[in-house]
Amino acid sequence: MHDKVDVLIIGSGASGAAVAWSLADTKMRILCLEQGDWVKPTDYPTNGRDWEARLFGDFAINPNRRARETDYPINNGTSPIQVVNFNGVGGSTIMYTAHYPRLHPSDFRVKTLDGVADDWPVDYATLEPFFAENDRMTGVAGLEGDPAYPYHALPMPPLPLGKTGKCFGEAMNRLGWHWWPSDSAIATTEYDGRAPCINLGHCTPGCAQGAKASTDVTYWPHAIRAGVELRTRARVREITVGPDGLASGVIYYDAEGKEHFQPAEMVIVACNGIGTPRLMLNSQSGKFPNGIANSSGLVGRNLMFHPFAHTYGYVEEPIDGNTGAQLSLWSQEFYETDKTRNFVRGYTLQLHRGAGTIVDAIANTARGFLPWGEAHHDVYRTIFNRKLGLSAICEDLPEEHNRVTLDPVLKDSNGIPAPKIEYTLGDNTKKMIAHGVARSKDILEAAGAKNIGGEAPMLNAGWHLMGTARMGTDPERSVVNEWGRSHDVKNLFIVDGSIWVTSGGVNPTSTIQALALYIADNIKRRLADATLFD
Amino acid sequence: MTYETLTAPEIHDLRALAAIMIPASATYGVPGADDELIFADIVKSLERDTGDARTALRQLIALSGGAFADLAPERRAEVAARFKQEGGAPLFALNRVVLLCYYRDDRVMRSLGQEPRSPFPKGHVVEQGDWSLLDPVRNRPPMWRRV
Repeated sequence: MHDKVDVLIIGSGASGAAVAWSLADTKMRILCLEQGDWVKPTDYPTNGRDWEARLFGDFAINPNRRARETDYPINNGTSPIQVVNFNGVGGSTIMYTAHYPRLHPSDFRVKTLDGVADDWPVDYATLEPFFAENDRMTGVAGLEGDPAYPYHALPMPPLPLGKTGKCFGEAMNRLGWHWWPSDSAIATTEYDGRAPCINLGHCTPGCAQGAKASTDVTYWPHAIRAGVELRTRARVREITVGPDGLASGVIYYDAEGKEHFQPAEMVIVACNGIGTPRLMLNSQSGKFPNGIANSSGLVGRNLMFHPFAHTYGYVEEPIDGNTGAQLSLWSQEFYETDKTRNFVRGYTLQLHRGAGTIVDAIANTARGFLPWGEAHHDVYRTIFNRKLGLSAICEDLPEEHNRVTLDPVLKDSNGIPAPKIEYTLGDNTKKMIAHGVARSKDILEAAGAKNIGGEAPMLNAGWHLMGTARMGTDPERSVVNEWGRSHDVKNLFIVDGSIWVTSGGVNPTSTIQALALYIADNIKRRLADATLFD
Repeated sequence: MTYETLTAPEIHDLRALAAIMIPASATYGVPGADDELIFADIVKSLERDTGDARTALRQLIALSGGAFADLAPERRAEVAARFKQEGGAPLFALNRVVLLCYYRDDRVMRSLGQEPRSPFPKGHVVEQGDWSLLDPVRNRPPMWRRV
């Protein structure tokens, strides 16, 4: 039995870190439990010659392949998209590309504007100060003045354009289409003790330079200095409920498998769109036989990914290859609904720099383009450092049959039931994917690329996990209210991507963190006027 | 974590297969994937792919009617071509390990004009570029939808 804490946060990733830091100024006793470890910068793959090989080993994006002791298995069932994540201090920000767009204002009003899904109970204007605070804490690089967004200031200049960016830019200008340097959570100058990017070219599986804004190097040092305790190798099995119907704490396992009870006045869940419903569904009690805070039956439902449609081709002259951040440009040309298309909503196009030498060889072997024999060398030299790639990040509309449940057989190393994914692509999404692929081919052809190939949707690309404990004002149609508090359990909050009502068509981390700061601000204001648990 | 290892006959067949996948090239001055150093790296690096590699090699033996490495060169090429078509996921996993080791060899990297080193700490230079290329976009009216 541990001493009771005021605030118990489960998960130290994008949202858990932000909420911990924001609440630290209340001087409450705050504890965060994280199932993984700290990752040392010297452990990241770019320190070694085997950096690409480790993408298929201990730094694989798919937890079923990575299979670290700190990972939990996921039954992806027959889903055309597999969940990818990372478990450790910083969560999946350790293993993200740091592409950092915000949701657009229209994303919060999809029912009103387009007659689909639901409007959010918050809007862009409400979140705007929290976006700005998050950009400052994270350290965001970019170029102000993007016509695709309301104006927002950015703390650092953009990542370099490079040869690849020039190639894309010229093609986009030929087509008359929007493109712009991305907001990137990568330091381009010294920032808050972090060194600037030196173009290691391998952002996803952790940044040895510390330029990429994973929360272990952004929010956590500040939160810990302000008194927050972060306890690693603490895997939470369930949230417990007291006789008053409030959350009383959690049961977790330490690295040796020993069971602990950690009591708390308030519990905040920040385990992502898969881990959060898994934990809630595993938190069964007499009062909540179907999982905690699940009177709506919506915990685990409305799972949204962003289906990625990846298209690529090869130009004649060498471009940047693997050097430089993989993502530094976007196009929002097809983001907003256009009634002349056969689908509603839209997508962002991410314009990629190339892949590593080996990853490109593997991708071209998979598509049957790279032969065996003497010709292997000839063909390889036509693709090496010549790849232009794009991904359409398609908005996925919420559908209740897309869901996370508990697998009846599969368990993690502590015997906790694992999540099972049931997911199919909706008709609107399929049409959007087809459109994204066609427009991507237009861009590649305008850039003079040949040997065009692709994968749509990408199988191993379930990065963005949203919707499985949605927010709303109606307790029958949502799990948490408009400021993240559970409708059923008044001292239980959720702050991760689970609470999203719709997915938008952008990488979600910036908005997840802004929402977490917004919820923390609501908690603080209601603590001050003693209405938090009313 | 400990992994299974291949048997000597399996290693013998794998080396013959690696030589067909990526042969040495006098044109480019590079060794093949059966080169002593590269192949040793392949065998050592199979690790979590050993199961798939073994499955693939069993399939190769079945197609060969015996040890693949003992076939005459012409027959070996025929069997390899069929194996490439029919090998499926286990062969892909095996091929991936071959590529992972081949393209990190110093000699191969140099032949591609790459420095044989880790990305960190030296990093790379990416040209800043000319942002005037963005001028047509800068001049566009706001595109985001008012709500």
